[in-house]
Amino acid sequence: MLLEVITPEKTIFNGETTQVQMPGIDGLFGVLHNHAPMIAVLGAGKIKIKDENNKFQFIEIKGGVVEVLENKIIVLAD
Amino acid sequence: MANLKEVRTRIASVDSTRKITSAMKMVSASKLRRAQNAIQQMRPYAHKLHELLENLSGAISQTNHPLFTQREEVNSVLLVVISSNRGLCGSFNSNVIKQINHLTEVTYKEVAQNNKLHYVTIGKRASEHVARYYGNLILAQDDLTEAPSFDEISNMANMIMSKFAEGNYDKVEIVYHEFRNAASQVLITETYLPIKPLEQVEENDFPTDYIYQPDRDSITNDLVPKILKIQLFKALLDSVASEHGARMTAMHQATDNATELLKDLKLQYNKARQAAITTEILEIVSGAEALDN
Repeated sequence: MLLEVITPEKTIFNGETTQVQMPGIDGLFGVLHNHAPMIAVLGAGKIKIKDENNKFQFIEIKGGVVEVLENKIIVLAD
Repeated sequence: MANLKEVRTRIASVDSTRKITSAMKMVSASKLRRAQNAIQQMRPYAHKLHELLENLSGAISQTNHPLFTQREEVNSVLLVVISSNRGLCGSFNSNVIKQINHLTEVTYKEVAQNNKLHYVTIGKRASEHVARYYGNLILAQDDLTEAPSFDEISNMANMIMSKFAEGNYDKVEIVYHEFRNAASQVLITETYLPIKPLEQVEENDFPTDYIYQPDRDSITNDLVPKILKIQLFKALLDSVASEHGARMTAMHQATDNATELLKDLKLQYNKARQAAITTEILEIVSGAEALDN
């Protein structure tokens, strides 16, 4: 599934992933392939990304919103 | 006929001015490219944010939200003005200043007379003008035009929003240049707060059934300040790009004018030089003639 992490200043991440973990305001949650459509508010923390080669990447955010729709995840980070 | 040395000095001076203006033009062109990039980088974010808000807008009770409330009487106004730090960019800053004067002395005359018209400025030109003639400058952030930072803008937007919500201001307006292209910038004055009601999107037949976390209302309340921050940030980026565009055009004009002037001066110089040679030959010939006799 495709993940995009966008801030007002630039696009930080744009690529394929197999698993993404995000800091929701009520706690961490993960998104896998074929997740149901969702809009959620994010708190401060790290986004953990597992890419196609099973390697992990981390992106620090201060907050934001995420939209999950048809295997496309868009994170609007601050 | 001007004397040779005078013309030569003028040519040298016009030539060096031309070098400076054409260098400034080049610098502005590269800064413009960077500023344009910044705007393009921001667009996907703004676009996506808007889409999300439209998805949610059905649920929002716009009349209750403090930032949407239209005040019946406008007794106090805050003007946010974006100009530049440096000159030599054509009518860029003088347009901004004219607009400040117009808003202060015509549109919000009564508000200003009651000392209820306050200013927030970005860019030295506007800051100095307001501080000198009107006062009531509550915040001046001059370095933002050199390095637009979202964090600073977001602090500024937070401050403006809280003052509006507390009732310190009944209306907030922004004055800035909107960037059309490198040669054209349009000065616009737009209402920042209260927020214009969003256009209702028609519900399509099969709306996507989103899971909301936490719930629709809280998400909307979270998104509204974001939209406002983005709006202010966009105004700043637009203004920065416009400044460089305006300077590039102005410097291009100046370079052209200098080239034209240089051409005239060279012609004048050559004429003077020829005249001098002719006189000299005439003197020699008549001298030789006098000797022969």
